[in-house]
Amino acid sequence: MDFYNRLMNLDRRWVYLVVGIAVIIPVLNPFRVPVFVTQEVRSIYDFVESLEPGDIMFLAIDYDPQAMAEVHPMARAIMRQCFAKDVKLIISALSQNGPGMAEQLISEVAREFGKKSGIDYCYLGYKPYFGLVILAMGQNFRIPFPEDYYGVPLDSLPMMRDVRNYDDVKGVVDISSGNITDAWIIYGNGRYDVKLAIGVTGVMTANYYPYLASGQIFGLMGGLKGASEYEALSKQGDRAIKMMSIQTTAHIVIVLFIVAGNIGYFMSRKKNKK
Amino acid sequence: MRGQLPILIVFVSGVFMAIQYFIPHDAGVFFYEYGGVFFYEYGLDCIIVIGVFAMLLGIWSLFRVQLDKVAKRSPGWGYSVVALGGLFFMMIGGPLWGIEEGTPFMQVFWYIYTPIQATMFSLLAFYIASAAYRAFRARTVLATILLLTAMVIMLRLIPLGAISGPNQKLATWILMVPSMAANRAILIGIGLGIVATCLKIILGIERAYMGHD
Repeated sequence: MDFYNRLMNLDRRWVYLVVGIAVIIPVLNPFRVPVFVTQEVRSIYDFVESLEPGDIMFLAIDYDPQAMAEVHPMARAIMRQCFAKDVKLIISALSQNGPGMAEQLISEVAREFGKKSGIDYCYLGYKPYFGLVILAMGQNFRIPFPEDYYGVPLDSLPMMRDVRNYDDVKGVVDISSGNITDAWIIYGNGRYDVKLAIGVTGVMTANYYPYLASGQIFGLMGGLKGASEYEALSKQGDRAIKMMSIQTTAHIVIVLFIVAGNIGYFMSRKKNKK
Repeated sequence: MRGQLPILIVFVSGVFMAIQYFIPHDAGVFFYEYGGVFFYEYGLDCIIVIGVFAMLLGIWSLFRVQLDKVAKRSPGWGYSVVALGGLFFMMIGGPLWGIEEGTPFMQVFWYIYTPIQATMFSLLAFYIASAAYRAFRARTVLATILLLTAMVIMLRLIPLGAISGPNQKLATWILMVPSMAANRAILIGIGLGIVATCLKIILGIERAYMGHD
């Protein structure tokens, strides 16, 4: 097998090895990559910035641990930004494996800002059948969640006394790694006209641009890049910004592999024609 | 009666949900406000409760399948023991110690479950790299367009100095124009399909949900 044929048919183990090295190098030698902020991310930041102390925002943490690397920094940055501005949060976790992560994030950020459950935030937790839960919350948060995550009745929480449904919150930001986002768009925005923004994984991003253009969502954060943009804007943490170096080197390696594969393909085809 | 009652329930529920959701006319609002709210809220609550029972059925099914494997010493029965152990630990651990941060329940979630899921997902990076290397070959015009588009989208994440700005704009254009047009076509097609299927179910034409045609 000549050089170009080898270039075209590299053993996959070489690919794995090089990708592995490309991921490890930035971990051992961290460096920062410039962040280019897009309008769809800036819209979410501007919305949160426009909220006044005492306003209530709904933060939906709808992802599983597998998507943590990409979307957890988004949720953390938004939560920190809200708490720094004394904006109150109602938080739900409608993904089956999400409640644990949401609980960890809330306790970490709430402790940092000295926020108290029931006064500064209300963590509703998980209930099955997210579409129905989103619909029911549009009527009254108490239908699917008579009690919060910690078993305290919603009516006894000072923050929730005058809060009934989406009409009492300024907007919803849904951070998701699955089709719960669709339910928020269809039921939350479509049925109850909720002002909605979303943060999704990189692979999901392209699917939600139609909703951005139609105005059904007012902002969109896509993958780790979206998270890094939000962190750069809000200056609330830099985990995603740091991780962008890892993603960047991995992407460069993949692009180089694709280029090498095509060089091998064209050169071997040229040789065969001769 | 056994066949007609479920069809009647589905018909009434379907028409009710369609009226409260899809008819932005005063008649719909009237119907919804006077009496409809109670049935709507009660209905949503009921369905969530029914859903919880479905979850119990799932747990029972998981238990039976895994227990059967252990009892028959089927290949890989050891994994079933681990699955059953995990099931019971989390089921008992939650009510026993609570589900707040720092409890054994949460420690198992953080130190066992989360790394497992993260590891599985991380492996995708390697498979995607290998698949991209093999699949993205400019063999035809269409394959070349796909290749170039993928490169532009991927390169928007990489700082390329002076090229970054124009590349970002091109990537945004691809996402906002051709990609969105294709996505919209797919979404509208799916939407029409869902409407057609729902109508067939509401009108009793499609009866597979009852376990027979």
